[in-house]
Amino acid sequence: MNLAEALGKLGAMTWFLLRMIALTPRALPRFGLIVQQIFNTGALSIVIIMLSGLFVGMVLGLQGFQLLQRFGSAETLGVAAAIGLVKELGPVVTALLFAGRAGAALASELGLMSATDQFSAMEMMAVDPVQRVVVPRFLGGVISMPLLAAIFSVIGIYGAQLVGVQIMRVDSGSFWSQMRAGVEFRDLVEGIVKSGIFGVACSLIAVYEGYYAAPTAEGVGRATTRTVVTSAVIVLFLDYLLTSAFL
Amino acid sequence: MGSRPAVSTRARWKLRRLRARNVRVPSRWGTGPLDQYYSLNASTPIVKIRNLGYAVRGRPIFAGLDMDIAPGQVTVILGPSGTGKTTLLRLITGQAVAGSGTILVGGEDMRTLSADALYALRRRMGMLFQSGALLTDLSVFENVAFPLREHTDLPERLIRLLVLMKLQAVGLRGAAALMPQELSGGMSRRVALARAIVMDPEILIYDEPLAGLDPISLGVILRLIKRLNDALGITSIVVSHDVKEMATVADTMMLISGGKVVAHGTPADLKSNGSDIVRQFVGGLADGPVPFNYPAPDYFGELLESESP
Repeated sequence: MNLAEALGKLGAMTWFLLRMIALTPRALPRFGLIVQQIFNTGALSIVIIMLSGLFVGMVLGLQGFQLLQRFGSAETLGVAAAIGLVKELGPVVTALLFAGRAGAALASELGLMSATDQFSAMEMMAVDPVQRVVVPRFLGGVISMPLLAAIFSVIGIYGAQLVGVQIMRVDSGSFWSQMRAGVEFRDLVEGIVKSGIFGVACSLIAVYEGYYAAPTAEGVGRATTRTVVTSAVIVLFLDYLLTSAFL
Repeated sequence: MGSRPAVSTRARWKLRRLRARNVRVPSRWGTGPLDQYYSLNASTPIVKIRNLGYAVRGRPIFAGLDMDIAPGQVTVILGPSGTGKTTLLRLITGQAVAGSGTILVGGEDMRTLSADALYALRRRMGMLFQSGALLTDLSVFENVAFPLREHTDLPERLIRLLVLMKLQAVGLRGAAALMPQELSGGMSRRVALARAIVMDPEILIYDEPLAGLDPISLGVILRLIKRLNDALGITSIVVSHDVKEMATVADTMMLISGGKVVAHGTPADLKSNGSDIVRQFVGGLADGPVPFNYPAPDYFGELLESESP
């Protein structure tokens, strides 16, 4: 893909995003459809998010302990793990998992619907498929993502505590009190803003790729792959931009 | 199913009460633009195409096609594969826009229609897709109820009543709880047909309704096309290449080839038509004006060429 194509695609996606935003007021009254998508993208991703969060937190606890012990400040493990999780690992790893689990599912679902004429059928029934099908899925993803990132961070902190306090014998009191003293409100805001923006980006890429997938088996497969790859790259790129913006 | 499977007298009374309470109901049950159009122009064609031109990636599909479709009849559009029959349906329903010429549907020019007006017109059309195009995440019942839920505020009891009546009309009331994946090809097409008629359309469009069906399902669908047309008084437009089967239900048949209508008339007219293209298509001859071979360089020349290194 050359630069002109990439820019063209960026423009088309922006246009699609604006179209979805314009249709949101009409889609919102049927909140049941959005709740169903929050279940599909969010609730069904919880197990994988929790498992990954636990392991990431445990690794963080182990590595953090090794490093901080060298400087004799192992009791700051709590604040180190919490800030790492809330500001960086929570939003980023959740977004990557979200793209792989929910994004891929969304793209292939929409691609298959288009391949089996379901969107044409809706248009023929005077129903706008973007409003009826795409917008609820997009909003479901946007709402789910920050919630999943929050769950990831909480479980991650528990994982860090599990290794740091239970196994490595860091003092439990200083682990928690250092964390409460060291994590500021703006750290939380940074995490929430990041996960919100990642949610918009990942959901947009998934619904765009799925909706405009070539109506063939190969086209759906390619749309799914592109969703995961593009989401991953965009999330890491946006993460750098947002981190520097929050400094 | 007997005379009018559409709305029973009891349901009509209910509708009248609902309308008195300002509940939104499909306007087909009142009067809409097409009803007014019919009453003004009882004999004018409901679809009128003049000098239609349309090309896909530079390849012309239609060049100067003229066509009139009379209201209340079964009109069958025939043609070899690849002549653009499905494209013609997409143009008539506004899913594609003509390159040149005019398409009038119920007096509305499809080229200048706004998006809202197009959607308003489509509520008075039903379309049966070749694949059925059922919504795979909804049950049979919910698929048929889909247009009602999207376009009306009818109470649940009335929706249930209407959906069950339409499913009964296609003989699948017993399959209401099934998911689309559990249906055979013929069954999903019948469900799609029930969904297409649930809003009581004035025009019903069929895209290859017989493709890939076993003889029993084929007979069922054919009978349904005729019955729905006569019982509901709707205009049926059928795109097909099954000449013999379609001849049994058609009022008018048209043959498209080379981007134009090359023959039209009653099934008997078409059978007695002497032109080569009609004879080839109706008789199912392999070669004729529509060549068997896709245009290619000289056969022997190409074979010999592949031998030399």
